[in-house]
Amino acid sequence: MTVAGAVRKQLPAGWNRPVPIEPEGEGELLEVAMGPHHPSTHGVFRMDVALDGERVIRLKPVFGYLHRNHEKIAEGISYLASMPYTDRLDYVCPITNNWAYALAVEKLTGQEVPERAEYLRVILGELTRFQNHASTIGFFIQEMGASGTPLMYAFREREKILDLFEELTGARMMVNYMRFGGCRVDATPAWLDKTRKVVAGLSAFVDEFEQLLRTNEILMVRTQGVGVLSAELAVNAGITGPMLRASGVNYDIRKVDKYGIYDRFDFRVPLGDHGDIYDRFMIRLLEMRESIKILEQALKDIPGGPIMDPKAKIRGFRPKPGEAYGRIEAPKGELGFYLISDGGPNPYRYRVRPPSLVNLTVLEDMCLGHGIADVVLIFGSVDIVLGEVDR
Amino acid sequence: MKTVEEIKAAIEKAVPGAALEIIANPSPSGQHSLRIEPDCAVAVASFLRDDAELAFDFLSNVTGVDWPDKEIAEKVKVQRTVMKAVDGAEPGTEQAVEETVEETQKRIVPGFLEAVYHLYSVEKREGPLVLRMRTVNRTDQVELPSLTPLWRSAEFQEREIFDLFGIVFTGHPDLRRLLMWDEFTDHPMRRDYVEPDDFEYEPTAHDEVLKRKQAHRAAMSEPEKSGPTKSEPANAEAGA
Repeated sequence: MTVAGAVRKQLPAGWNRPVPIEPEGEGELLEVAMGPHHPSTHGVFRMDVALDGERVIRLKPVFGYLHRNHEKIAEGISYLASMPYTDRLDYVCPITNNWAYALAVEKLTGQEVPERAEYLRVILGELTRFQNHASTIGFFIQEMGASGTPLMYAFREREKILDLFEELTGARMMVNYMRFGGCRVDATPAWLDKTRKVVAGLSAFVDEFEQLLRTNEILMVRTQGVGVLSAELAVNAGITGPMLRASGVNYDIRKVDKYGIYDRFDFRVPLGDHGDIYDRFMIRLLEMRESIKILEQALKDIPGGPIMDPKAKIRGFRPKPGEAYGRIEAPKGELGFYLISDGGPNPYRYRVRPPSLVNLTVLEDMCLGHGIADVVLIFGSVDIVLGEVDR
Repeated sequence: MKTVEEIKAAIEKAVPGAALEIIANPSPSGQHSLRIEPDCAVAVASFLRDDAELAFDFLSNVTGVDWPDKEIAEKVKVQRTVMKAVDGAEPGTEQAVEETVEETQKRIVPGFLEAVYHLYSVEKREGPLVLRMRTVNRTDQVELPSLTPLWRSAEFQEREIFDLFGIVFTGHPDLRRLLMWDEFTDHPMRRDYVEPDDFEYEPTAHDEVLKRKQAHRAAMSEPEKSGPTKSEPANAEAGA
């Protein structure tokens, strides 16, 4: 299903606001501050919740506990110096952050990226997506009460992928791997062989994971029909990534923008049709399978050659005046960088469009009327990282 | 994808009296933007969202840009009358003569705050269309109409601009600070923002830290009546 024409329906003013809920019975509402130090908030995030018994009547997210004004810092340093800092935005997926920033700068300067570098970007990007989805599902199941086991299964695979990152880039998480017009270090044939071996084992992991969880009765009861998000509201509220596709909107930036070399790969975009938590969970599982497909094709076709644009200028890098907005399909949604250059060595304006922050817009809409225990699950299914929300 | 010129023509046809201006982007990205006047912004934006041809149903990125006052020094040719001795005339007498002189004039271009919107169409799979709105100045006339009633995705992002740049969005349903705390008074993303003096004692201060230490000492040695007391919040020292 796509939303063709859906948004143009004459919707009443204020249709995209949360629907208020009247408390039942008498008595005062219980106001709870969930967070900033609550294990389910994945970091320092606070939800001010008003409860009528167990039902959520009001929910206001409070941000800023991890705010360090990344954008202001980036305006004071050179373009390249921001590259390691982008690792710290969404610290679970540093490669895709690097990629989005490199893509925005390449749009600003018109640099070309050699083919081998594009393949390396795709391979590392899809490995990142895989480990992000695996650990997201693991944490989500953990929050539901399945203490330990599924999360450890997910982390076992994540370790293998992080080992690959470490061998190639020197760091497990803070990789600082991409450069404007290519990548920093080349992959050796031994590394590619090792990656092929790891990728060959990923499929079995997804099977095992799916078998363990998909038909689990507790999971189905707790997630089906909970936290439903309609397609119209998802588009209107700027929701992107697995959450948007779980609501049934066929919009994957890898397919729409075809950035890099994504038009060469054969993969499908899984779509949900209920928009509830269970769909978001399943979409992530299915996307992991698609990532494996892309990885297999990329590892088969990767050509030789340089990994940096030979004309790329590292020292004295000063883009001509202008501006550019570059975006990619990061594991959490649309990650965009908006840059304005005034011809100097530092960006005049540097803006990160964080998928985690924008995806939280509809948190209140999804939670109203559900129990406080469901808030933890709904919040977990959004998949955020606070480093990116607060920047 | 329609070009910005075509979109501009379509808007002008549908929204009479809409004042639009195309701002060219010289970079290879080729993302030209469309500046709209704040008073017709909501009408233009709802046309862009609801028109069947354009269908910009997805507002991706909203951000602010600060453009402070710029002082431009330019050389201008000025005609002026000077009294001077003229060849051929009697020596010792002066005549009024028109003369062209080059002068350096300083002109202040007033600054403004800008809100930038990146629109995409999920339905047509097109974009981006870049919309810009500008405030009158940076101090007291900083209101812009909010597009949150049209696109919910602007809700947090406009709050962030209000917080960090100080643009006041009229019509926003819940305009509060997003990242800084409520008692904070300044706007950190403005280019003339001065960081508060939050120096802490350091035994071997050097370079930047030494400068901050000296500035801190100087601020502290000022008479108590103007200096902040320790009980006040840190950002109260911003002006000191």
